[in-house]
Amino acid sequence: MSAAPVDLPRWADTALVPLVSVAAALAVSGLVVLGIGESPLEATALLLRGALGSAEGIGFTLYYTTNFIFTGLAVAVAFHAGLFNIGGEGQATIAGIFAALACLWLAPLPGLLLVPLAILAAAAGGALYGFIPGWLQATRGSHVVITTIMFNFLAATLTVYLLVEVIGKPGSMQPETPEFAAHAVLTPMHRLLAPLGITLPATPLNSAFLLALAALVAVWALIFRSRLGYAIRTVGANPRAAAYAGISPARITMVAMAISGALAGGLAVNEVMGVQHRLLLDFTAGYGFVGIAVALMGRGHPVGVALAALLFGVLYQGGAELSFDKPSITRDMVVVIGGVIILFAGALDGLFRRAVAALLLMRGR
Amino acid sequence: MEWIATLAVILDSAIRLSVPLLCAAMAGLWSERAGVVDIGLEGKMLIAAFASAVIAAQSGSAWAGLGAGILASVILSLVHGFAAITWRGNQIVSGVAINMLAAGLTVILGNAWFGQGGRTPTLEGAARFGEITLPFAQTLREHVPGFGLIYDEVISGQSAPAYLALLAVVLTALVLKRTRFGLRLRAVGENPAAVDTAGISVAGLRYGAVIICGVLCGLGGTYLAVSQSAGFLPHITAGKGFIALAAVIFANWRPWPALWACLLFGGLDAVAIRLQGVALPGIGQVPVQAIQALPYLMTVILLAGFIGRSTPPKAAGLPYVKER
Repeated sequence: MSAAPVDLPRWADTALVPLVSVAAALAVSGLVVLGIGESPLEATALLLRGALGSAEGIGFTLYYTTNFIFTGLAVAVAFHAGLFNIGGEGQATIAGIFAALACLWLAPLPGLLLVPLAILAAAAGGALYGFIPGWLQATRGSHVVITTIMFNFLAATLTVYLLVEVIGKPGSMQPETPEFAAHAVLTPMHRLLAPLGITLPATPLNSAFLLALAALVAVWALIFRSRLGYAIRTVGANPRAAAYAGISPARITMVAMAISGALAGGLAVNEVMGVQHRLLLDFTAGYGFVGIAVALMGRGHPVGVALAALLFGVLYQGGAELSFDKPSITRDMVVVIGGVIILFAGALDGLFRRAVAALLLMRGR
Repeated sequence: MEWIATLAVILDSAIRLSVPLLCAAMAGLWSERAGVVDIGLEGKMLIAAFASAVIAAQSGSAWAGLGAGILASVILSLVHGFAAITWRGNQIVSGVAINMLAAGLTVILGNAWFGQGGRTPTLEGAARFGEITLPFAQTLREHVPGFGLIYDEVISGQSAPAYLALLAVVLTALVLKRTRFGLRLRAVGENPAAVDTAGISVAGLRYGAVIICGVLCGLGGTYLAVSQSAGFLPHITAGKGFIALAAVIFANWRPWPALWACLLFGGLDAVAIRLQGVALPGIGQVPVQAIQALPYLMTVILLAGFIGRSTPPKAAGLPYVKER
C-alpha cells in the first residue's frame, strides 16, 4: 500500500498522468450520468455539439475559458511558491468591487484612460486581498489556506453590505450597482473583429480573452524566464534551501500571493467589466474553485492551464446547452467533474502515477 | 420579566443554530487531533443533509434518515482517508474536492430524482425529528421564575440530534482525554513516528478518527435537513462547515472550548437575525453583515496571533511516511 515516489519519464509525468486522471474523472462523471438514467454517450455528443458545434457555441466556450485561465493561473502561481491559494473567489470579489468603483467614480474620464485604469484597479484589489493572507503567513505564521477560506466569506459579506447599503442601485430589487457607462466597459469580440471583416455572432466573449492570453504568456515568462520566477520556484521546492541561497521565503510568499490575487482579479475584469457591466452578488460563481482543478490538471504550467481551461470552457458551455435538452443534467455536473478532477489529479496523484508507471513497465516488458 | 423571555428566545435560537456547528466542530477536532486536516466538513454535512432528507422522505422515518446521512458522510470520509492516509495526498486538495463533489452531486441527484430545483420532498410527522420535552418542563416553568422559563424554552424542547450533539461533546472530551484510544489518537496527531515505534498502526488510528469525523458530520447534516428544516435545499449548509473549522481553531483543538466557540458563533447568528432592522440605543442600526462577518474576522485575528496563540496538532496535515 505504500506510495514510494515513482520515477516516470518526463513526458509521462507532464502529459500522461494528467490525461489518465482526467479520463478517469470523466468516466466517473459518465457513471453519474448513467446513474440518473441518461446515456453518457448521447450526453457527450450533445455537450460537444453545444460547445464547439457553432460559432456562437465557440464564442461562449472561449468566454468561460477566459475565466478559467485567470483563476487557473492564480492557483498555479501560488502552487509554484508552495502555497495553496483557495481564496480566488474572495480575491476576484474584491477585484470586482475595485473595478466597479473605478468604472462608476471615474466615469468622466475617456474610455481609453478609464478602461485600463479600471483593469489596474481590479488587479490591485485582487493583489491586495491576496497579499494580506500572504503577509499574515509570512510575518504572523497563520496558514494561508485557513486565512483565504475566511477571506472568501469576508469578501462575500462585504459585497452584500456594499450592494445593499452603500453602492447599490436605488430602487433595484436585486443587489447590484447601476450599469456602467458605455465607454467604461470592455469591447465584445464580435464588435472588435468587425472592422477586420470578420463577422461573429454576438456572444459574451470580449477583449478580456486577449488579456487572458497575454496573462498566459506573462506568467510563463515570469515563472520560467525571470529572476523572480526562479526565486518563487526555489521557495516552492525548498524554502530552507532558498533562504540559504539568499532568497527571502517571507518576501516571496507575499509577492506570490499578491500576483496570484491579481490574476484572480482577471475573473472580475471578464465578468464585471466585460459581460455584466455592473457589480452583482456572487458573480464569481465558483470559478475560483474550479481554477484549482484547472491548475492541478495543467500541472501549473501555462500551456497546461490553457488546455485545462479550454476543457472546462467546453464543459461549461456544453453543459449549459446539454441542460436545455436534458433538464435532469444540470450545469452542476461541471462542479462534480471539477471535484473529481481535483481528487484524482491532486489528492490521488500518487495512485495515478503508480498506475501509469505500472502500465509503462508492462509495455516495456 | 420581559427580558428573560427575550433572552430565552435568543438562547433557544442560538442553540438551534449551534448544533450543526457543534457536530462539525467535533468532527473536525477528531480528524485534526489525529493529524488529518479536514476542510471537507462542509461537503460531508451537505451530502449527509441530502441523503438523510431523501431516505427520511422515502421511509417516513427520521431515524432511517439519520442512518443514511451518517452512511453517506462516512463514505466521503473514507474517500478523504484513502487519499490522505493511504496515498499520502494533499489533505487540503482532497478536502476541496470533497466539498465540490458534494455541492454538485446533491443538486444533480436532487434535481434528477425530484425535479424541484434540487429540493427534496417536504418532511412531515415521523419523517422529521420532533421536539423532545424534558421532564418537569411545565412544572418548573410554572413554579420557578426565570430558570424555569429558560429550562422549558432552551434546555427542553430540542430535537434528538441536538441532544446527541451535546452527548458527542461529552464523549469526545472523555474519550480523547481519559481513554487509551484517545491518548493514542492524540499521539498520532503529534508524533506519529513514536506511535509507530510503539507498534500501533498509524493508518488504523487515523482511519478510525476519519470515520468518527464522518459520523459526526452525518449527524450535523441530518440535523440541518431533517430537524431544523423539513427537507433538503441546495447549499443548505451555507458555510457552516467552515465556521465549524473556525470554531476548532478558536478552541485550540479542545472539545469544551469548541462547545463555547460554537455557542458563541451560533449566538452571533441568532443576534444578527434578531437585530435585523433594529436600531440600538446609542449605536444606531448595526449592519447584519458586520455581525455575520465576526466569526471569520475573529478567526483571522486569532490565527495571526493578535489574541492568544493557536497551537494546532504538530503533525496535522502531514502524511506519515515510515522511515526506510
